[in-house]
Amino acid sequence: MSAASKDTALRTGAIARAVIYSVLIVFAVFYLLPLFVMLVNSVKPLDEIRQGNMLAFPQAFTIEPWIQAWGEAQIGVQPTGLKPYFVNSLVMVIPAVAISTFLGAINGYVLTKWQFPGHRIVFGLMLFSCFIPFQIVLIPMARILGLLDLAGTTSGLVLVHVVYGLGFTTLFFRNYYDAFPTELIRAATIDGAGFFRIFRRILLPSSGPIIVVTVIWQFTNVWNDFLFGASFADFDSQPMTVALNNLVSSSTGVKEYNVHFAGAILAALPTLIVYVVSGRYFVRGLMAGAVKG
Amino acid sequence: MPARLALARATSEVAIEMIERLQTYLPRLVLSPSFVLILLFVYGFIVFTGYLSMSDSRMLPSFGFVGLENFGKLFNLRHWSIALKNLAIFGILYIVICTVIGLGLAILLDMKIRGEGVLRPIYLYPMALSFIVTGTAWKWFLDPGIGLEHVMHLWGWESFSFNWIKSREMAIYTVVIAAVWQSSGFVMAMFLAGLRGIDNEILKAAQIDGASNWQLYRRIVIPMLRPAFLSAFVVLAHLAIKAYDLVIALTNGGPGRATELPATFMYSYSFTRNQMGIGASSAVIMLMMIASIIIPYLYSELREKKS
Repeated sequence: MSAASKDTALRTGAIARAVIYSVLIVFAVFYLLPLFVMLVNSVKPLDEIRQGNMLAFPQAFTIEPWIQAWGEAQIGVQPTGLKPYFVNSLVMVIPAVAISTFLGAINGYVLTKWQFPGHRIVFGLMLFSCFIPFQIVLIPMARILGLLDLAGTTSGLVLVHVVYGLGFTTLFFRNYYDAFPTELIRAATIDGAGFFRIFRRILLPSSGPIIVVTVIWQFTNVWNDFLFGASFADFDSQPMTVALNNLVSSSTGVKEYNVHFAGAILAALPTLIVYVVSGRYFVRGLMAGAVKG
Repeated sequence: MPARLALARATSEVAIEMIERLQTYLPRLVLSPSFVLILLFVYGFIVFTGYLSMSDSRMLPSFGFVGLENFGKLFNLRHWSIALKNLAIFGILYIVICTVIGLGLAILLDMKIRGEGVLRPIYLYPMALSFIVTGTAWKWFLDPGIGLEHVMHLWGWESFSFNWIKSREMAIYTVVIAAVWQSSGFVMAMFLAGLRGIDNEILKAAQIDGASNWQLYRRIVIPMLRPAFLSAFVVLAHLAIKAYDLVIALTNGGPGRATELPATFMYSYSFTRNQMGIGASSAVIMLMMIASIIIPYLYSELREKKS
């Protein structure tokens, strides 16, 4: 009895097991289907998609759609492919993630270890900002970016993503540092260590996991953003998601499904790689974002 | 000489005092840039949009006060009632189906499944994708000409018809399909975490008392998952109200206006139809919807933490 205490208490028969496995596998197929469709059809000639079966493996294998999607497809005015937009996204994501993560760490540190009167309200206000529908800030934001001369620039998008990512990064670090023993901080203060020294020497070295969680969360959110990119970017600063949507929904010419699929995979690749490499942290971030306080 | 000494001592005292004061204010000083950004760009902007919703703004922001006129106009627009009706259909189905699938998969996965380590990431990876990618994949897969319907015809099921994405009545349900595909794995992860937190001894005790598996779940497990249900509901509801990208990529609000949602309504009225006042008022309504869900939730979460 005690040896089995880690087992679940449920008893299931052989038939029940078979049913359970079938259901689980059917759902696995459901989740994999769109990815399969994208992959298989991104290496088919266009004729084969139009006449053939979308769920079949390619008969004539070609990487032409990938070359098209990456470097030649017509997006906007120029036949540049998605490459410049991919670069735009990278140039936007890296500073946005770095700045918002750094600020989040500092904020979390202050809100847990240097509490001041009203810290709860400050945190509450920051927390609520995670959930606002961004439609409520679109109009004034467009105006402010114009006033700051940042309209249509990558720097403007970085600013936007830092501001609206702050709530989450602060939340992550606050919850993490909350569990960090305050006695250690007190001891360090008595030894004469100051505010920044404690942060650098005591908290930062043990912040590895939460930094990974926060970076992944921010990277995924900023890379996948569409609304801000579509609202505030110019042709030369558009991120990948906006370019992909322009490619797929452009109504001129023949619909090149294979190029669309290749482009969609290109847009998904960075976040998918992050997910495959560090899925554990990704899930932890999702859960931390969902279970607050 | 002594005067100088006293002065030096006094200044050093002042310096020490200043350092001490700096130490007490430093944390607040460090936090303040972030807090000012949030105050300005979140709460200031909310006030600004709130004012615009009561202004005569059309193509550009303008500050002539018109009271609640825009809200009156808004609720008389058929376009807006379509968006609200679609949000109700989409939101309810999205929340219910995600919860059912998520809970079901979590319960099954929790039964000592061989290969859980392979299945779980497969269920969850859609959450890492952009809605634009999801929309693109489902848009062509559900397209009757080349997608599912065509495949079924090729497989010999000639009468099979699935043209929801082209149909005014059914298109909103394709948005539900794609959104459920993207989020249900995440809900599964939330329930799975909840299930793993339940003490097995409680279940065993109930079993010794003669409870069946079904009773076990109905009476003990599901009630104990209450916090997970609440979190899932809050997350899904707020995602539903914010839903924008997916509709743009999948149907672009069409056919006609059949899949218009509040978020797409706000965008088109504010930026392409030159009705910024009405656009702003729709954004205010969206904020009120989300606030009515999030504020009680955050309030209870933060208060529980305190006690």
